[in-house]
Amino acid sequence: MSANTQLKSIQSPPSTLLREHGADLDAWFDARYEAKRREEIANHTPSLAIIATKGTMDWAYPPFILASTASALGWDVSVFFTFYGLELLKKDLHLEVSPLGNPSMPMKMPFGPQWFKEINWNMPNAVMAGVPGFEKMATALMKQTVKNNGVASIKELRDLCVEADVKLVACQMTVELFGHRHEDFIPEIKDWIGAASFLPVAQQSDVCLFI
Amino acid sequence: MNQTATHTLDARGLNCPLPILRTKKALSELGSGEILAITSTDPGSLKDMQAFCKQTGNELVESRSDQGEFVFVVRKA
Repeated sequence: MSANTQLKSIQSPPSTLLREHGADLDAWFDARYEAKRREEIANHTPSLAIIATKGTMDWAYPPFILASTASALGWDVSVFFTFYGLELLKKDLHLEVSPLGNPSMPMKMPFGPQWFKEINWNMPNAVMAGVPGFEKMATALMKQTVKNNGVASIKELRDLCVEADVKLVACQMTVELFGHRHEDFIPEIKDWIGAASFLPVAQQSDVCLFI
Repeated sequence: MNQTATHTLDARGLNCPLPILRTKKALSELGSGEILAITSTDPGSLKDMQAFCKQTGNELVESRSDQGEFVFVVRKA
């Protein structure tokens, strides 16, 4: 039976009752459906699932900012840390940021008079690659900029996530792959799982982000 | 109803998302109907506080900017 014929058979009333009261029943159904739908929306707790795959300081912000904010909004939040993202769960965070091959990163000084702070120190990749400790310096400057602007540190945001019951889960395969040890990670990790365990969580979520 | 805030939160100097997170925390310690006044300097908090209140069902009684500072008055649901 084609979809069209099927639809016709549903629309044609099979009894006198439907023939006589079809319009009323339709109206009743529409109102009831609308009320149920509203009730469902009102009772629904939104959920967010994030897959965090990057381990540099700049990429550490989005998952923790979004996760902590979503939990403040009353959402259920799960974050799956995989590959370099696992660095974000280490007890000792040593996250760095690299301006090398990162042309959108502003290179500005977080101190000195305003005119000095506004200078963008564009540097050729060859220079950044050649100077030892360039990333350490860039990271120190970024941390100072973050502090000056009242932006939370990664550690602070992670603590807020833990406090707010954000479900932090980590990829077991990455541990094997990179030879990590479980004891190097924060004990608040809820579970060590694989893709097959997180995908169903992602499927049920209202918002799913790959970062 | 009395609109006077019984609790205050100083979120000045903090940037997104801290004013919202601190607000959420402060509200969790309040009883239903109690009023919290929040001061912030983050321009983003103007829109974010509206969105936060709308989503969490708390009432944003007042929202104003005052010489580079933002003042929000929220009644807990």
